[in-house]
Amino acid sequence: MGILRGLRDHPHLLELAYQLVEKGMEKVHPLVRRIGYARANRWLRSPEKIAKQAIFDCKMCGQCTLHFTGMTCPMTCPKNLRNGPCGGVRGDKTCEVDPGMLCVWVEAYERSSRMSIYGSGINEIQPPRNFLLAKRSAFINILSLKDAELRGARDSYVGIGRDRT
Amino acid sequence: MRSCAGQGIRTSESAVIEPRTDGRFEARLRSGAFVVTAEFSPPDSTDPQDVLRAASRLGEVADALNVTDASGANCHISSVAASAILTRAGYEVIHQVTCRDRNRIALQADLLGANALGIKNILCLTGDDVTVGDHPQSKRVFDLDSIQLLQTARRMRDEGVFLSGRRISPPPRWFLGGADHPFVEPFDYRPQRLAKKILAGAEFFQTQYCFDVARLKDHMQKVRDLGLHERCFILVGLGPLRSERSVTFLQTRVPGVIVPQAVAERMRKTPAARQREEGKRICIEIVQQVREIEGISGIHMMAYQQEDTALEILEETGLGKIRRSSPSGGG
Repeated sequence: MGILRGLRDHPHLLELAYQLVEKGMEKVHPLVRRIGYARANRWLRSPEKIAKQAIFDCKMCGQCTLHFTGMTCPMTCPKNLRNGPCGGVRGDKTCEVDPGMLCVWVEAYERSSRMSIYGSGINEIQPPRNFLLAKRSAFINILSLKDAELRGARDSYVGIGRDRT
Repeated sequence: MRSCAGQGIRTSESAVIEPRTDGRFEARLRSGAFVVTAEFSPPDSTDPQDVLRAASRLGEVADALNVTDASGANCHISSVAASAILTRAGYEVIHQVTCRDRNRIALQADLLGANALGIKNILCLTGDDVTVGDHPQSKRVFDLDSIQLLQTARRMRDEGVFLSGRRISPPPRWFLGGADHPFVEPFDYRPQRLAKKILAGAEFFQTQYCFDVARLKDHMQKVRDLGLHERCFILVGLGPLRSERSVTFLQTRVPGVIVPQAVAERMRKTPAARQREEGKRICIEIVQQVREIEGISGIHMMAYQQEDTALEILEETGLGKIRRSSPSGGG
């Protein structure tokens, strides 16, 4: 566990891995479409959860923004902030809510400055969370979201809507 | 027009686009004047007269009153109700909205209602955590964060739609602001976060208490390097320290306030009887230094239960002469 958590301090390695997975997912997208998103989600959800919890303390929001947030999970912020730190960070860089932990966004910023591929993503505005996506595979969500956009979904904030499982 | 108006801090050409509202606060900022806002904490009462009484003193010298939204996560009259009472009485208000207590449905509904009640200035905040307030047992919401709230409010105004895409007719008209945090970590990221908030729709900013002018200058240098001072108005938060104890209170009980060692030491070395005077002196010195910084459009006075001291500070720095946000004041 400790070793896996330690990976977070090597954000460049993690972003390379993410890039690989992202490209891989593009390749398998037609296959996933044939299998069906609901079934693919059932298969992928648990392994994804185990791996991401071990490395990132993932909360399974189903809307992974790790590559835009210095490979640091913004859902571990007690206020669940997805667009940067609040104004309550303490003088010793710890969290307003939990003085026992370093501010998630202090870490996210520091790590993203060491990421050459996705590092500038920290300046992109992350839309409000879609709670319909929670507890499901983020990768499958991304793919089905893409399809929803292709179908001309009215509003990307609303996202893919309910996936009937 | 006051003497400081021509200091060249901001020319009207460089100031953001056309007015969003017909409000006096926005007009004063766009005119290039050095603006004064003051924080107003709604009382624990059901009598509207209590609201008006509490607001009257600072309301007369400030260009606008910030009406806090359960500040420090403590329960009071709601910001929207207190803002409406003050607006009806002719005050110019900045309605503070935090993401702590409401989800996106309630936030949008309340914002729309506020606008229908004549409230024109909205300050979008994340909000202090519930654990610092008087109901630490409660559930924190944070469905949106401050940047998402800003973006939502901007879409409501500019595109005339809710987040769901449903139309609002006629759409709201409001002037949007956010908080800037020059004094808390991660310092290097703060100017970028300011840029992100501008992108999301913020046009004015207010900061937490400034006790560290060197830090502010450093921040503003980076803000100017990014050209952000030409795309927004920044008001620096200030307030008098009442005593040595208030230093401890601010540092331990109010999230995001950093009192540098030198300032704390200065208060500590002052005899108790003269601490109020010393706190006032410190504040006046900071006002004077802040006014010299390029890109600063005004100050935001936070002086809860210290209205007298705040009025003296404004008077002594030449900022307190004109009646502005009050019914009799005018723009």
